[in-house]
Formats: sequence, structure tokens, C-alpha cells
Amino acid sequence: MSPSQRKSVPLRFALYALMAALALVFLFPFLFMVASSFKTNDAIFADLESIRALLPVGALTADNYVHAFERGNIGHYMFNSVLVTVITVGLGLVVNSMAAFSLARMEWRGKQAVLTLLVILLVVPFEAISVPLMLLVSKLPGLAFDGSALVWTRSWLDTLYVQIIPFIANAFSIFLFYQFFRDIPKDFDEAAYVDGATPFQVYRHVIVPSSLPVFATVTILQALAMWNQYLWPLITVPGESARPLMVGMQQFFGARRTAWGEVMAYAALITVPVLIAFIFFQRWFVRSVIGSGVKG
Amino acid sequence: MSTASLPLSPRRRRFLPFLFGGPALLGLTLFLVLPFLMALGLTFTDQRLVSPEPGSVVGLRNYERLLSVSYLVQTPQPDAAGQPTYTRLRAITRTDPAYRGYRPLTQFYLGQRRVTILAKDPAFLQALGNTFLFALLVVPLQCALALALALLVNAGLKGQTVFRAIYFSPVVMSMVIVSVVWAFLFDKDLGLFNQALSAISFGLFKPIDWLGNSSAAMPAVVIMSAWQGAGFQMLILLAGLQGISQELYDAARIDGANPWQRFRYITLPGLRHTITFVLIVTTIAALGLFTQVDVMTGGGPRGATTTVMFEAVQRGVREENISYGATISVVYFVLITLVILLQQMLGRRRAKVV
Repeated sequence: MSPSQRKSVPLRFALYALMAALALVFLFPFLFMVASSFKTNDAIFADLESIRALLPVGALTADNYVHAFERGNIGHYMFNSVLVTVITVGLGLVVNSMAAFSLARMEWRGKQAVLTLLVILLVVPFEAISVPLMLLVSKLPGLAFDGSALVWTRSWLDTLYVQIIPFIANAFSIFLFYQFFRDIPKDFDEAAYVDGATPFQVYRHVIVPSSLPVFATVTILQALAMWNQYLWPLITVPGESARPLMVGMQQFFGARRTAWGEVMAYAALITVPVLIAFIFFQRWFVRSVIGSGVKG
Repeated sequence: MSTASLPLSPRRRRFLPFLFGGPALLGLTLFLVLPFLMALGLTFTDQRLVSPEPGSVVGLRNYERLLSVSYLVQTPQPDAAGQPTYTRLRAITRTDPAYRGYRPLTQFYLGQRRVTILAKDPAFLQALGNTFLFALLVVPLQCALALALALLVNAGLKGQTVFRAIYFSPVVMSMVIVSVVWAFLFDKDLGLFNQALSAISFGLFKPIDWLGNSSAAMPAVVIMSAWQGAGFQMLILLAGLQGISQELYDAARIDGANPWQRFRYITLPGLRHTITFVLIVTTIAALGLFTQVDVMTGGGPRGATTTVMFEAVQRGVREENISYGATISVVYFVLITLVILLQQMLGRRRAKVV
């Protein structure tokens, strides 16, 4: 299994055949989803017996997509999901990198204790606290817009910010930033401090510009996690107005299980943007995953 | 350290780290530490989710109800026709104070004697069993698949980055979407899964209703989950593979080691830490199983795919018994901690995280 070793032709052929067969296994649900999203229900069922099931052939139609927007309200849910993801990731980058800066580049009492606590928090799965956290946010006073004015409400349930605020601070993000900042040579900030820079200027003009890889890593990991969130909005956002895509998908699937073409169109609309981003930023995705694992 | 050269008054200097770290630490305290402590407190009450009244303290009653298990051995009495009969369980659980509140979980026979395992909350114990079953099946399958994929895309062939991207692509897809698409693939009559299996086996394989059959539903969820997640572990194992020195392989080849021996005595030992890490991460993720079953099966058929997290949400949120849901969460957390400690001990891995 050595990269430097020259492989015989039959062995290479066998390996390629195996890799191609596996590639089909990993691609076929996706191909099936996209192909079916352009077909009527009858055409989907008729094509099931052959390879046509995976190909966009026959009488193709965009009706399923039109219906996904009209009946599935996908535009509204997509807006909610984009908003939640962008705001959470954006604020999270600032808040978590600044916290990591204070941990990696400043001396203060209790720092070691905070670092230890952070490592403990890393292993607490979100699932374990989701139910009590839901009780907490159901009792927090919030703000809502009732059509004409901002009014106080008695809980955070059924809002966009209940999907945002609890996820801005993230132990794992802080940890990734901390590891990266710690390894930047200290000479840089010392030179800046000698020139009279404030800590914020050092953070902004020394640390951030030399840490773009870790910012990319955190962005990708957090954006994926937020975009794909399901359990939390499922239990905290019962209504339609703040509903994100994944919960909307589940509802649509439950209600229209027989309209497979429409369900597949809905699924394709959610998946394709992420896959395009993945294809363009593949190298960064790969680096994020490896960065999230190897040092942990 | 440059603190000494900070052009700031000592008071501001002491204040600054909290300005930087404060927002994140506040967030973590409020939305992670506090709910966890709240969960602990809630478990000793009978707090409801939407109730004007504060719950009252009930001590360990939630834990007792959640974890109580008992058994009952019955010897048969011949009835009028001479057939062996057993006293009805309902009659026993209603009258015998030792069995009050218990319901049957499972039943089996030892010769003539009938043994019944009872629990105060059989649904939770079934969910606990399902969760372990899922982890036991999916962790080896997913990790072995990931290792095979990592070895393949590390074999030095042209185009391997394309294959790597393909194998990884399901990871970026949402679990909800994956579940919906696979629900169709698993369909008894229309699903491609049955058709592929019967094509491979030349018609020997009889189509089954994967998600509607209580013994096939969990394997179906396992197969789909391994398919969705393997790309993630593949990348981490790949990084581990690339960290193994090439010289070791060259030396082994000169000594005449065959490919299996090189894998067994160089690759596997070299990946030991990576494999331990991958096993821990995969196990934790597996024990949190929720989305797939919520979307695909709703815990069914007949409770065959309920899980600990599914029960926590079911009881705590959907049935609004938040204190009971919190108790399940705490038990789940203890479970995760035990698994991590166990795997750390087995892997003897010294974690150098800070």
C-alpha cells in the first residue's frame, strides 16, 4: 500500500474497478434524488427497474420544483436557514476568536481553570443538554415584532434568535482558534506592543491576518452544523414563521410522502447549494475535518 | 510574554482579558453549563414543560421509575383440560406490592417455567437496548468502511482526490435529506435497495419491508448511517496514514514482508492513536442517534428503533414531562462519560489536549 511502489497493471485495474464501484454506491442516492426531482411520479416508478432511475431521461418537468415553492414554502424556510447560519457563524467567528486570543495571548488569573473547563465542555454532546436548554429558553423573556411594534414576550420559543444566540459561543471553535493562535510566534505581537499597539490592534492586525486557515475551518464546520440543524429547531420552533429548512423538509416529507417527485425536488434544492460549495472549497473542507480530528 | 510592555494602566490590563473572553464565556455558561446544572436539579422534581405551577421535589422518583428492573418466575398450573397455564401478569402487577408499577419488558421460557423481565419504564429500557445495538453495529461497520476507503485513496493512484471527494460528499449532506432519500430506497416494492440485493443474488433475495419490519428497521438505519458518515472517518484515518513514515514500508519490503504483513505490523500500529480517536468520536455520535429514526421510522415499528435521545425528546418535549426528559438526558450523559473513560482505558491513550 505504498504510494511510491509501482503497481502491476492488473492490480491497478482491480483497484480502479473497486473505487469506481464504491463511488457509485456513494453517489447513487444523490443521482437518484436529482434525476427523480425532474420526473412525474409515474415516470419515477416506471424508471425504477433500470439504470434510468439514476439518469435524468424521458419526459422531464420542472413542476416538482414549482410545487416545492408553492406548497412547501421552501423560499421562506431557506431565507430563515440562511439568516440563522450567516449570523451565527459571523458572530461566532468574532466572539470565539477573541476568547481564544485572551486564552492564548494574555495572562490572567483563572486561565488554566477556564482551559480545563473548555476541554470538559468539548465532550458534552449537544443532545445531552437540548431538553433542559429548551426549558430554559422557554422561560427567558424575549422580544417580538407584532406587526406594528416591538413587544416583550414571555419566551424565546418560535423565534429566529432562539436558533442563533445559544450557538454563537462554541467550545470547539474556541479550542480550534486557541490551538492555532498559540503556535503563532510571540515576536509579532511583542513588536507591535513596543510600537504602542493596543491588544485589540494586535488581535485585529497581527493575529487575525495570520490565522485565515483556522477561520476557514471554523466557518465551514459551524456553517455545516447550523445549516443541518434539526433536533433544536424541531423542539423550539413549532410555528411556521421561524421554521428552518430541515424541519420544513421533514414536515413536507411527512405530508406528501406519496408525491416523491416533489419531495426529491425539495431535497435537491437544499442539497445542491451545499454540494456546490463543497466542490469549490473541497480543499478547505478536507483540511477542516482533518484539523478537527488530528489534534483533538 | 508581552504583558509587561502593555501601554495600559494595571486596572485596564486586568480588565481586558474579560473584555475579549467575556462574551464567549458568558454564552457557554448560560447555554451549556447552566442547562446542564438545571438538568441535574430538574431530575429531582416533577416539573412540567408548560405549567404555571413550579414543580415539587420528588427525590429520586424519576430515576427509580427510569431504571427499575425486576423479574418474575412462574411455574405453570394445569387447567381443567390439563394444559399448562400461567397466572396473568396483569393480576400480579395489580395485587402484589413488590411488582406494583411494573410492566413486562420481555419474556422467555426455562423448560416449563416462564421468566418475565419487568420494568417500570419498559419503553426506556428498550430504547437503551436499541441505542447500544445501533452503536455496536454501526461503529465497527462505519470505521472498517472508512479504513478501507482511506487505504484505497492512499494507494497512490491517479484521480484519487476525485474519489476522496465522492466518498466524503454524503457527510456534507444533511441527515434529514439523506434519511428522506433512503426512506424511498428502502421501500419494499419500489425501493432500489431491494432490487439491487435481488439482482446481486440472482433473485434469491426476497424483498423485505426494511423500515416496516421490526427486525430489519435497525439494520436499515445502521447501513444508511454508516454510508452517510464513513467519509468523515476516512479523512481522519487518511491523515493518520500519511503520518506513517515511508521508510518503514521500504524496510519491510526489503525484508520480504507481504502486503498483509505490512498492513498488520506497520499500518495498524501506526494508526493506533488515530483509530482510538475515531472509535471514540463515532461511538459518541452513535449514542446520540436521533435524526434518522425521527425522520425515517418515528421510533417504530413497535419501538424497534426508539433511542435514548428519541425518548428524551418524546417524554420531555412532546409529552411535556420535562423533568423526566431531563432525567433521561442525565443518564445519557453518564453513559457517554462511561464510554469515553472505558475507551480511554482500553486504548491507553494519553490525551494531550491542552
